[in-house]
Amino acid sequence: MTVVADLSPELAPKLAVELGLKPSEYDHVVEILGRTPTITELYMYSLMWSEHCSYKHSRKALRMFPTEGPHVLQGPGENAGVIGVGDGWAVAFKMESHNHPSAIEPYQGAATGVGGIIRDIFTMGARPIASLDSLRFGTLDKARQRYLFEGAVAGIGGYGNCIGVPTVGGEVYFEEAYEGNCLINAMSIGLMREEDLMRAVAAGPGNLVLLIGSTTGRDGIGGASVLASQEFDERAEDKRPSVQVGDPFEEKLLIEACLELLRGDLLVALGDLGAAGLTSSASEMASRGGVGLDIDVTKVPQREPNMKPFEIMVSESQERMLAVVEPDKLDAAMAVCAKWGLRSTVIGQVTDTGRFVVREGETVVADMPAATLAHDAPIYDPAMERPAYLDEVAAFDPHTLSHPESPEALAETLLGLLASPNICSRRWIWEQYDHQVMTNTVVLPGGDAAVLRIGDTGRGEMTDRAIAVSSDCNGRYCYLDPYTGAQIALAEAARNVTCAGGEPAAITDCLNFGNPEKPEVFYTFYEAIRGLSDACKAWTIPVISGNVSFYNESFGNPIYPTPTVGLVGVLDHVDQHCTMDFKDEGDVIVLVGESYDELGGSEYLKVEHGLVTGAVPSLDLELEAAVQAAVRDGIRSGLIKSAHDCSEGGIAVALAESCIAGDIGADVHLHDELPAVSSLFGESQSRIVVTCAEDDADALVESLIAAGVPYSVIGTVGGDRLAICERLSVSLDDLRDAYEPTLEALVHGELQSEELHEG
Amino acid sequence: MRFGVVVFPGSNCEQDVVGACRYLGLEAEYVWHGDTSLDGFDAIVLPGGFSYGDYIRCGAVARFSPVMNEVVRFAERGGPVLGICNGFQILTEAHLLPGALLRNRGLKFICRRVPLRVDGSCDWLDLPLGTVLEVPINHNEGNYTCDAATLERLNANGQVVLRYCEPDGSSAEDGSAPNGALDDIAGICNERGNVFGLMPHPERVVDPLSGGTDGQPFLTTVVRKLAEVAG
Repeated sequence: MTVVADLSPELAPKLAVELGLKPSEYDHVVEILGRTPTITELYMYSLMWSEHCSYKHSRKALRMFPTEGPHVLQGPGENAGVIGVGDGWAVAFKMESHNHPSAIEPYQGAATGVGGIIRDIFTMGARPIASLDSLRFGTLDKARQRYLFEGAVAGIGGYGNCIGVPTVGGEVYFEEAYEGNCLINAMSIGLMREEDLMRAVAAGPGNLVLLIGSTTGRDGIGGASVLASQEFDERAEDKRPSVQVGDPFEEKLLIEACLELLRGDLLVALGDLGAAGLTSSASEMASRGGVGLDIDVTKVPQREPNMKPFEIMVSESQERMLAVVEPDKLDAAMAVCAKWGLRSTVIGQVTDTGRFVVREGETVVADMPAATLAHDAPIYDPAMERPAYLDEVAAFDPHTLSHPESPEALAETLLGLLASPNICSRRWIWEQYDHQVMTNTVVLPGGDAAVLRIGDTGRGEMTDRAIAVSSDCNGRYCYLDPYTGAQIALAEAARNVTCAGGEPAAITDCLNFGNPEKPEVFYTFYEAIRGLSDACKAWTIPVISGNVSFYNESFGNPIYPTPTVGLVGVLDHVDQHCTMDFKDEGDVIVLVGESYDELGGSEYLKVEHGLVTGAVPSLDLELEAAVQAAVRDGIRSGLIKSAHDCSEGGIAVALAESCIAGDIGADVHLHDELPAVSSLFGESQSRIVVTCAEDDADALVESLIAAGVPYSVIGTVGGDRLAICERLSVSLDDLRDAYEPTLEALVHGELQSEELHEG
Repeated sequence: MRFGVVVFPGSNCEQDVVGACRYLGLEAEYVWHGDTSLDGFDAIVLPGGFSYGDYIRCGAVARFSPVMNEVVRFAERGGPVLGICNGFQILTEAHLLPGALLRNRGLKFICRRVPLRVDGSCDWLDLPLGTVLEVPINHNEGNYTCDAATLERLNANGQVVLRYCEPDGSSAEDGSAPNGALDDIAGICNERGNVFGLMPHPERVVDPLSGGTDGQPFLTTVVRKLAEVAG
């Protein structure tokens, strides 16, 4: 087989550099091929060996993660990880970034982020049942940030609402560090029977390669290398043509058609076309199966005239799937696609050569060993250097500041925190998302974690089981201390799921960092992975899927290290779930855990003093596990009526949120010897505020003593004020007025965050 | 008694309606949009979602689906037809109900549980007037509108079955509709009372686990009425 020689040995290395390959990487391509590569081959290698597709800078560090556990059915390496949740039901989930496209075109960037991760889920054979979105922007004082935020929320809603998958949770933070580079991390969760688990492994020479869904255009060409693997500068606007455009209607049809194809046992393999399009999907499928593929680009339905083979091979047009079908099942498979109004076209076949051959009619435009695209990318061991600022910030002593002391001043501070964009109500966001379709959302957004009943609504079996899901990461902590900060991200996700009654089972992660080729950035990455891994091992919570997003910088400034954690927990009985709202007059409030004098990295320091500094709260892994286990036991036994974790804003904000959610006040005594601001607003970890009926208080306390966890009985539910004895007293109306309206006012430019800080 | 729940390409609440029926012990089956017969069904539901991606206009393409000819004939014979959300939009496009649904005031999608007041009755809902129900809305185009003569006729005939209201059942002076709907209209029926369209999603509040039971009468009433007729 002769390959077209469309590049001279002089021109090829120049094109390689332009496409983002390093000279050494180009040499390696030549070595693999034993000749000068063709244009198509160079494009394919440059994309598959880009950071986004190959994880060449992160792969070694990621090996630290524990990936196995009793629940795990599929670990990392597939389109998504899968865990068993009991009675033969399995849950597939993964989180992925779409930061760079969103920073350029927020609506389409966020929408296609949701679309891409959902395809990863139904590729595994699971019906998508929930989405979560973890967002980061600069402060909303600037019109550009408001545009990005509003556009991203509209894009997530526009796509998710249309395809009928509820968006049940997520988080958002506003920090200057994300101003030039917002973060859009989308997580999708799918449900299936264990026996329906599908893997994207091509097999059986002679089988046919079927392309299903949208036509192929020039949109998103080189998206993975152009956008995701480079930093931003003032030329970012020029990159707009690299952003893909989504069609949620087509995706909805793809979900239904693909699930029908899989249930009908009509496919050998199924994969979605994401970053690097056909190239990535086909080469990964082939290399996993140890087979070859022979594809003819003239067979690919094209959206525009005169597309070059390399354009067809790397196009990132959305809503396309690649399937491998046995010849005798082809008619049946194509009939299912036609029923759903979807295009399906045979574009090639599986071979036994192990080679990935691309033809344009009779002309061979690429011919390479399939496995080298997917697995032979170089693996780097980037240099690390501990950034000097870490010691500086850790040495900061918050006691050198002057703090509010009078009850009036402390009340004002609490109201300022409740109105802070990082704490205030997220209602404005989640009311734009359909969070109830499928009618399995038992606990709606706005609480610690969403709870979803497990069952095939309207199609089949319903069960008593449920999952609780949460995504979390306080990037400020990770900036101040990447090791502990990453552990706190996991601790908080697990605590949130615990507060809903869920037993943490496994996580996915989305690791957002700056340029890994900068030693100081890579140090923060490595430390965050190490921290997360140590905590995962200590709590036996495996990492089953994930994504790395590097080069999140603008004008040379990296974002805060942001290793977002998406956690899924399991409830054996959906009736044993719990919510954060205070329930009834006279209920007893108990703090499980202990408060320390820890103000470093707190929202209080930021809001009251404009500072992001200090030592982050300490995290005792054993204590955290014990506190969570004790609270889960209390929820299961029915003693605990409400549970809410203490996070940003400390216990005062946690109490206020439970009051607002329950529309009832509380009378609280905090029995600590701490300075007032540390006691109220310090963000010590491993603390959960729970309530129980007065008659159950003794039993709850006994259970906490038996569990060996610190606790204190701190008050009772009732009245229409939050009164924290000797420290502050605020009416329920004032709490609500501070908490509810901020986000919408900021989005509309009616409020500047400085006004908030002035109280 | 058998419900038929129509599935258009892009429908996404069909499984919720069937799930709600089954929860209530009622028989319900899916009807493919390409089908040309409704034989064996006693009541038809057009569910929510984004039929044909809501491209052109919500419901504008779906009304041309083959099954819609049958739905129109079924309705003309007096068969009960319920359109929920996108289904309501399709019913107005098919001229089985008057008026149209515009984009929400504020141009934002709204997913929220809202209070509704019963201001009329039809084959699908027959509760004491003034009853307040809590049912979620979930739409981008729920801003009902019609011309003045039509509004007068709707009111005169008692065809406005549901209005958005305040939690105590009153109407706010500047309107209680979160989407800006004309005269706070959330749901209307035809003159005969057998075709009913509403923007809120009663199927989401049938099983108490998903947050309430106020949606149950929307499915049980028609069963009772059909039994009365048959009886």
